[in-house]
Amino acid sequence: MKQNLVLIGNGMAGMRCIEELLKLEPEKYTITVFGEEPYGNYNRIMLSPVLANEKTLDEIMLNDEQWYVDNNVTLIKGNKVTEIHRARKEVVAEDGTTTPYDRLLIATGSTSFMLPLPGADKYGVIGFRDVQDVDTMVETAEQYKTAVVIGGGLLGLEAANGLMKQGMDVTVVHLMDTLMERQLNEPAAKMLQASLEEKGMKFLMDHATEEILGDDRVTGLKFTNGTQVDADLVVMAVGIKPNFELAQSAGLHCEHGIVVSDTMQTFDPNIYSVGECVQHRGATYGLVAPLFEQAKVAANHLAELGIARYEGTVTSTMLKVTGIDLFSAGDFHGDDDTDELVFHDASNGVYKKIVLRDEVIVGAVLYGDTIDGTWYFQMMKDETNISDFRNTVLFGQAHLGDAGHGDETRVAAMKDSDEICGCNGVNKGEIVNSIIDKKLFTLEDVRAHTKASASCGSCTGLVESLLAHTLGGDYSEAPSKKPMCGCTDLTHDEVRAGIRKLGLKNHEEVRRSLDWKTDDGCAVCRQATNYYLLCEYPDYNDPQSRFINERAHGNIQKDGSYSVVPRMFGGMCTPADLRAIADVADKYEVPEMKVTGGQRIDMFGIKKEQLPAMWKDLSNAGFVSGHAYGKAMRTCKTCVGDSWCRMGTQDSTGLGIKLEELTWGSWMPHKYKLAVSGCPRNCAEATIKDFGVVCVDSGYELHVGGNGGIKVRVTDFLIKVDTEEEVLEYAGAFAQFYREDAHYLERTAPWIERVGLQKIKDAIVDDEANRKALHERFKVSQKPSQIDPWKKIADGAEANEFAAIKVTG
Amino acid sequence: MSNWLEISPLDQIPVLGSRVVETDNENIAIFRGKDDNVFAIKDSCPHKQGPLSQGIMHGTSVTCPLHNWKIDLNSGEALGADEGCTNVFETKIENGIVFLKSPA
Repeated sequence: MKQNLVLIGNGMAGMRCIEELLKLEPEKYTITVFGEEPYGNYNRIMLSPVLANEKTLDEIMLNDEQWYVDNNVTLIKGNKVTEIHRARKEVVAEDGTTTPYDRLLIATGSTSFMLPLPGADKYGVIGFRDVQDVDTMVETAEQYKTAVVIGGGLLGLEAANGLMKQGMDVTVVHLMDTLMERQLNEPAAKMLQASLEEKGMKFLMDHATEEILGDDRVTGLKFTNGTQVDADLVVMAVGIKPNFELAQSAGLHCEHGIVVSDTMQTFDPNIYSVGECVQHRGATYGLVAPLFEQAKVAANHLAELGIARYEGTVTSTMLKVTGIDLFSAGDFHGDDDTDELVFHDASNGVYKKIVLRDEVIVGAVLYGDTIDGTWYFQMMKDETNISDFRNTVLFGQAHLGDAGHGDETRVAAMKDSDEICGCNGVNKGEIVNSIIDKKLFTLEDVRAHTKASASCGSCTGLVESLLAHTLGGDYSEAPSKKPMCGCTDLTHDEVRAGIRKLGLKNHEEVRRSLDWKTDDGCAVCRQATNYYLLCEYPDYNDPQSRFINERAHGNIQKDGSYSVVPRMFGGMCTPADLRAIADVADKYEVPEMKVTGGQRIDMFGIKKEQLPAMWKDLSNAGFVSGHAYGKAMRTCKTCVGDSWCRMGTQDSTGLGIKLEELTWGSWMPHKYKLAVSGCPRNCAEATIKDFGVVCVDSGYELHVGGNGGIKVRVTDFLIKVDTEEEVLEYAGAFAQFYREDAHYLERTAPWIERVGLQKIKDAIVDDEANRKALHERFKVSQKPSQIDPWKKIADGAEANEFAAIKVTG
Repeated sequence: MSNWLEISPLDQIPVLGSRVVETDNENIAIFRGKDDNVFAIKDSCPHKQGPLSQGIMHGTSVTCPLHNWKIDLNSGEALGADEGCTNVFETKIENGIVFLKSPA
């Protein structure tokens, strides 16, 4: 028997909750939605572009009326709920009808706060909140000339901009002496005011309205300083007021809004509430990102999964005025305990300020160049320690060594035909059109529909910027925590902590104990969980949860064949080794061979069923797997060093072989490469490896976190040591710390950027006991890993994996 | 005319895994679900003909190893925002032996 769910308020937060609920439990409830407005659910944050003639109402509809029909949701529009009977569990509408509920969701949103001024009830005095307000503004603009907007905040400036686009002469009246004082500090606010004045907007700063003048219709405003201004239209944009009268009259506890717990429950356990009408931990929200997070949590509880909690949202703001780039987040004023970094180029109209507390970003204001807003915001939420790049952080993420997209990060200035995603060949125009046509809100949506940033991920930042630019600003993707995949709401760190804390031993225990939403998980969480389990228990292996490359110990190619790369320690080889490889290649008619960048030999085009026999021959000749296919230690590149090179300072090949002997076979969060250069000329390119050694006359410099791939990143210098033994100890300790701390599929470079180099130094440079303990754990983990998987299979293990079943017919 | 081809004992197919069946014309992937439900699907992703048999199985779908398309093993249809379809075949289990209805 289905239960009845009634939603009061057909807006973005409530309907998002219904959509999330339908994803989780499509059959649980008979759903009825009451909406005051005579429309489906539209995207309220896009009203400014509608007013500015940049979008139409149809373009901003999220759920049109057909959607309600298709999803079996009853929409009662244009009918207001006037009473909630909690004892009888029913709601009473304006027209007297009653509707029973088992669960009630209140999402009544907010209204414009109207200043209680004399004359505020005159015709032509409105707020800026819904389609009706926009219609009034557009109609007024057809007949009248002069508009005044009271309020120089985000909404007021967007309204003023829209009215100017409608051809009106607009004056913004603001109580304070700088604009958007809740989001901007004075220098940025002055620059904003100057740009808006250039566009033709007028300002009366430091003005308090005393009275609204006119007969039936407004004709002007009078200020407390005695001056007056003419106005045919007055828009009040001084803030929003949560709509909680209905809830309050039903006896629900309300303060500034409807008070809810972390599960979005009101004081009546059958009644939930989300959106702008809600007060959570003392805070009310007027931006979309937090409302969507709340909707997700409420849906989780309505579906009776009962595991999600809303813990508040750190919000960021962008202004949706075309041609003006502005970003603000967190505490941008700072106090006695904070440092500020400021970049100010007045002639070019660029201002950036970052506020740091203990080397962690706590606030940011960007004006003119906002491309790095999402990056700063992410670091703010991750509480990344930025001490290692504090000197350059203001120049942006591109300055950290982003060779891939450094020059093309200004998405707004890009042409529609410019390519964003190089892997999948998706250009800007296609992404923007998909976002608009298919009404996409999140990075995951864009990935699913366009494939942009779905492969290597290096253009993720660009796609996020495009989302922000296209949707307009106050929606900021990047939720405060990113779940591992759609099967769970838990993050990588939370899953890992769960495995450790609860001592979970296998996939089934993880999914059961951590409340997975799917029985078997999916390709994403199964591989990640498998890694976390084998990191805890080195003997653990579930072949069906590993990517085919790691199951078949070869690299699958586009035609379904495999490649085979035997390990050549340190790149060293003998004529006998080469002859053995040549013999194998002849015997199995290998179509193509190549010397790899990792100093070994790759054989391509091998059929799966040939693999075990080929490995047997290679194994007999003394080779082991090169793990060229795995999220694993790959190679240790070396230069010749002092045995031959006239510049060499140490035995770099010898050390490279020792490092490879220590680390080969190790499963890692992602691929992992080492190199040893015999002198600072660095022929082995050690400074773009995960762990690089540069030999100098007096010892060995150790470098970590380099990457020559998607995004070139030069290593961070870790420490200089005197002996090979110390190099090996650091190599093992660093590898193990990475294995235990990084997320699955996170290479050392982004890992170090996320957690900060200081954390690595604290763990393995400054704490000798911990370094030795990590090194020991690494050696323990290596025992099962260094039993060559090729030999095991050549000797008959997992034969079914490699043998096809042949039938005739 | 249709006839049933004997393929393999069920226990020779890993749970949440697959075996490849080579017929005269094409390769067919046989998957075994957690509840010993068995699926047969043409071993070729509708996207770029990746071998679905080599993918990771979950629920009643498989993720292609080449570009992560998810394919429904009941219908052969691509799931999510992707569009495409590949052939599926009937199977049955008798006395622990998996049979495939001949596509010919």
